[in-house]
Amino acid sequence: MASGPSGRLRQSAEALAIPVGALAAAMVVFGIAMAGLGRNPLEVYELIYRGAFASAFSWQNTLARAAPLILTALCVALPAQAGLMVIGGEGALVLGGLAAAVVGHLLVGVPPLGVKLAMALAGMLAGAAWIALAGALRQYRGVNETISSLLLGYIAIAVFNHFVEGPLRDPASLNKPSTTPIGDANMVGSLPGLDVHWGLGFGLVFCLVTYVLVKHTTYGFALRIVGGNARAARLAGLPVGAIALAACALGGAAAGLAGMVEVAAVHGSANASLIAGYGYAGILVAFIARQNPLAIVPVAVLVGGISASGGMLQRRLDLPDATVLVLQGIAFMLILASETVYGRLKIFRPERA
Amino acid sequence: MTSAGREPGVVTGPALDVEVVGMTKRFGALIALDDVSLRVAAGSFHALLGENGAGKSTLVKCLIGYSPPDAGQIVVGRREREIRSPHDAHALGIGMVYQHFALVPSMTVAENLVMARDDVPAVVRWRSERERLAAFMATMPFKLDLDRLVSRLAAGEKQKVEILKQLYLRRRFMILDEPTSVLTPAEADEVLETLRSMTRQRELTVLMITHKFREVMAFADTVSVLRRGKLAGEGRAEDLTSATLAEMMVGTRQIPQARMGRASHAGGATEPRLVVRDLVVEDDAGRRAVRGLTLAVRPGEILGIAGVSGNGQRELVEALIGQRRPRRGEIRVGGQPYRATRGEIRDHRARSLPEEPLRNACVPALSVAENMALRNFDRAPLASGPWLRRGAMREQARRWIADFKVQSQGGEAPISTLSGGNVQRAVLARELSEEVSILVAANPVFGLDFAAVAEIHDRILAVRNAGAAVLLVSEDLDELLELSDRLAVIFEGRLVHETLAARADIAVIGPCMAGHHGAASAA
Repeated sequence: MASGPSGRLRQSAEALAIPVGALAAAMVVFGIAMAGLGRNPLEVYELIYRGAFASAFSWQNTLARAAPLILTALCVALPAQAGLMVIGGEGALVLGGLAAAVVGHLLVGVPPLGVKLAMALAGMLAGAAWIALAGALRQYRGVNETISSLLLGYIAIAVFNHFVEGPLRDPASLNKPSTTPIGDANMVGSLPGLDVHWGLGFGLVFCLVTYVLVKHTTYGFALRIVGGNARAARLAGLPVGAIALAACALGGAAAGLAGMVEVAAVHGSANASLIAGYGYAGILVAFIARQNPLAIVPVAVLVGGISASGGMLQRRLDLPDATVLVLQGIAFMLILASETVYGRLKIFRPERA
Repeated sequence: MTSAGREPGVVTGPALDVEVVGMTKRFGALIALDDVSLRVAAGSFHALLGENGAGKSTLVKCLIGYSPPDAGQIVVGRREREIRSPHDAHALGIGMVYQHFALVPSMTVAENLVMARDDVPAVVRWRSERERLAAFMATMPFKLDLDRLVSRLAAGEKQKVEILKQLYLRRRFMILDEPTSVLTPAEADEVLETLRSMTRQRELTVLMITHKFREVMAFADTVSVLRRGKLAGEGRAEDLTSATLAEMMVGTRQIPQARMGRASHAGGATEPRLVVRDLVVEDDAGRRAVRGLTLAVRPGEILGIAGVSGNGQRELVEALIGQRRPRRGEIRVGGQPYRATRGEIRDHRARSLPEEPLRNACVPALSVAENMALRNFDRAPLASGPWLRRGAMREQARRWIADFKVQSQGGEAPISTLSGGNVQRAVLARELSEEVSILVAANPVFGLDFAAVAEIHDRILAVRNAGAAVLLVSEDLDELLELSDRLAVIFEGRLVHETLAARADIAVIGPCMAGHHGAASAA
């Protein structure tokens, strides 16, 4: 059916057109809601565009938000290759951030590069362990990984709050409980020539590595066998549990790295600002990207841009800053609903003549 | 559907006469049905024969309303009718029994019968329903406990429930799609005999899709044969022979012959290659399906395992091919413990042909080439270090597709787009192209046409003759008698009888399959 270049082209066109169509539908629905609030939808969209992409400053804001989204989206997309639907990226992110903050604080007298590497490693390990836990519950105890990862996310946030507000609280942080700052020297700076922090670079590299891993390595092939049919994977003698766990751990490491970036490039310490919903928005990104690691990058930029424009809507149109979350939510629902359209639109069907 | 005239459970009214005229159905460029006309007279038992892909399923799907034809008429009871949906077909009294059961396992027989109605009321008045069911059952030729859970029924009983369901719903024209494929020969005969007696009393018309000539000869009144979407022949069963039917089905095409003789070294002194000792395997529900089973297979022999489905065959095969972990006991290959890890499979050159290949041995979303690489994607030449070599993968697929005549639109098409027979060919290519030391096969020809059957049998024999130890689990006794060197019967998770195939006695094996092995198990 999908053979030959024209078949593949048609498939790609379908994979592009359906999410774009769903996004357009979401814009219409959101526009109607805006009109109901007495705002001109076109003006709203113009402001979203200006807040997201119109100036160098808005681009910086957009890309800084896209960076953690890229990484948390990988926390969904990687386990998805193994057929697991993990939605607990938020938990991996906050624990990754906490671990990075602790390491950054503890390593006194170590050169900054060493501290940065140690923080990244600690963040990734913490995130990997957390999502691997959800994967292990699934593989060895049969617990639904979607539910367990979500609930583990709440536990992670509770653990995070406990340490940040309790044992690890910097006494100097009065209004906003935070861990001890990691120090300016240990902060991760900006990408050369850009005013965007290194998190974006990490995200891009992680996506590229994931893509190569899935498409071009034997591990990636085994992962797709496990995700496509675990029975066939067992017939082939593949260690199904270990392969799926590795995918969960890798995804968790991505989200944990996002937490490290938030600490080491943005906030300087672990505090409640980390719990910003990046983990959940990453689910949206992964779904729009249809779990494709390369497609995650542009989608994360788009979603990052929408959230970057929240402030603009608040200032200019007197809308609450959660308005953009409404747009995100509508988009997510319609993207999920559009999954049922695949293979049903005539123009994408191969002609059989 | 008027409620008074169509009260379920009351068997009245005569059998239906159904005729299709000029039926044509296209799927893009493929003409699945090409101007087919046939008539199934009221009260007849009509067999529809044909190879895989000949158009049998397409024809009955048109009749039952799942996919209306592109051209042609359906005449029911001498009036032209339009059947746009199964609902329309049901309203006319046309029903279908599918190859695989369409029953709810967690419900009782009675609940399944009532829930199958097109007009289940929002509140079911079970008292009156039960009275009606009891009255209905009294008129039926076979008895079933209405209160038993369907999940507790044997395959033959489930098939009877399916047939009862159609009768209860007052279907007067019954389409059956290979109804006996999951039954023992005795069960099959009983079910078909019942249907035939109902057609004789003109209560029912039967249109049965089948592959089995024996059933056609024994039960059918009339036969139609489809070949590549066209009507290739028809006639009264009594006027036809197996040979003429076979020729109608395949035309003048050559059927692979070359049956090789039985292995001479079977029963020799060679050490067994595959040994299973006191194996205990649980099914999904945690019940013991295999209960202390012991067997040994030597190089160069085929050990056939006969038995009625549901006696632990599936769990045994799954344990041997690595899809299920045994609870107790041991599996040894070449004297060493064997757990079907990837390394062990590679070292021992173990291969398998599980039943339902698309579900058990393939990744439906991956391409034919990728599926063919399942065994060796991590070894040279398909891999170099951790890197996949796509070119080598495509080259392997190209070669195997040609060798095994897999009909697909190239190696890049998803394997789920292939027909059942071609999926099995693709799996055969993967499993048998390289050297094989151990082969575990389960119902390897289930649902395939007989040219494909002969070819697959030849390939299994060739593997045996090359020195592999072959375990063949099948529900088809004829297949086992034809291929096996030794034959064992499985019943309730144990082997209850074993014999050299050359000395096999149906009069002993039959009762063993049914559990009466007291007398025979002295061996």
